[in-house]
Amino acid sequence: MQYIAPEKISDAVEALSQAKGSVHLLAGGSDLLVRMKGGFIEPDVVVDVKRIKSMGKIKKAGGGFSVGGAVSCAEMGDNDALKKAWPGVVEAAQLIGSDQIQGRCTVVGNMCNASPAADSVPALIAADAQAVIQGPKGERRISVAKFAKGPGQTSLKAKELVEAVELPKRPAKSGDAYLRFIPRTEMDIAVVSAAVSLTLGAKGVVREARVALGAVAPTAKLVPAAAKALIGSKLDDAALEKLAAACAAACAPIDDKRGTIKFRTRVASVLGRRAALIAYERAGGKL
Amino acid sequence: MSMLVSTTVNGDSMEFVCDASETLLDSLRDRMGMTGVKEGCGTGDCGACSIMLDGALVCSCLVLGAEAEGREIETVEGMSDGSKLHPLQQKFLEHAALQCGICTPGFLIAAKALLEKNPDPTETEIRYALAGNLCRCTGYDKIVRAVQDAAKVMNKKGKKA
Repeated sequence: MQYIAPEKISDAVEALSQAKGSVHLLAGGSDLLVRMKGGFIEPDVVVDVKRIKSMGKIKKAGGGFSVGGAVSCAEMGDNDALKKAWPGVVEAAQLIGSDQIQGRCTVVGNMCNASPAADSVPALIAADAQAVIQGPKGERRISVAKFAKGPGQTSLKAKELVEAVELPKRPAKSGDAYLRFIPRTEMDIAVVSAAVSLTLGAKGVVREARVALGAVAPTAKLVPAAAKALIGSKLDDAALEKLAAACAAACAPIDDKRGTIKFRTRVASVLGRRAALIAYERAGGKL
Repeated sequence: MSMLVSTTVNGDSMEFVCDASETLLDSLRDRMGMTGVKEGCGTGDCGACSIMLDGALVCSCLVLGAEAEGREIETVEGMSDGSKLHPLQQKFLEHAALQCGICTPGFLIAAKALLEKNPDPTETEIRYALAGNLCRCTGYDKIVRAVQDAAKVMNKKGKKA
């Protein structure tokens, strides 16, 4: 195996283009090294992106934030401005594995690994985050909601990498939240998860909303009908009932030992509802 | 592919040669003699191989040796001040917070990282912060008590100074 640690994005793209055999990107390594250890992959070339300066930073960009592809989840938790603007995204990032894992793992890696149960992805989708992709043809952007194509499959083309994920400018009176169900309190993978992002207008009425669910379909998914149920409401019982029904209707989960279809569907509506209430309070809404 | 890596371990400059696919855990143990770093699961679940890498708490089994180039590593070997144990080490002994000892270096490093960030953690905070370290002997209770007691001692010292 060859190990390369370029210092520029252009050199990383070049390395991906030149590499012979199987080439893998290394950011936090909390998925890649486990797959190597288990013998699931045998990379010929590993391209470590952590020496690329632009990928190691959380920057304010266009009124929002740009989180570099090599920024660890622990670093996101240490960034007060990011936490204040996007508490739901940060709490999702800080639910991945242990403190040790968070010292390494990245939300971009979480996204690229494309697990349907990835914790940070529903929160990024609810936040309307954009992935900034670099490749031989230059830069392109894609909504995180459209990034995953299926379990372990992304819309990245050969020789492309995700440089950063961008969180948009946050209007006043906005809030987001992420919740997941696991059968224990720590160190587990979501059986079901839900993320909600809201912006309030006059008198605490929801003006904009985005709702996303995780682990209930082949990819984390945006649920526009659930968002629609919240818009124009103050999260009264009728609106929350509609949201819960929309969340349940959006579920197409697997049936396995970690959760039956019935359980996952039910929990999706419960978590959607609870996440909406937390996001509403964070946005300054009074219930 | 063999690689020559220069790094700093517990303040000392070190050089080693390793295969590009070798984990930092193996480099620390087999090339640099830091056998305080233990291998449990090798997949980031148990925390026995915990180290500090440029100030971040990580599992060394999920880091490549080659990644250590120019970085600063802290292991349990650097925790005591000569023969004077770190308060966490002292309290682990006093509270009998270990039996077989395999998990202990990882717990010490993770607990030290916690107390540096949060000098006066609640029991709940300690339990969450140490969730990435598995111990199959003690049942965790003694470990939590040892960390609480060490925090007390360290805070008292901090106030005196």
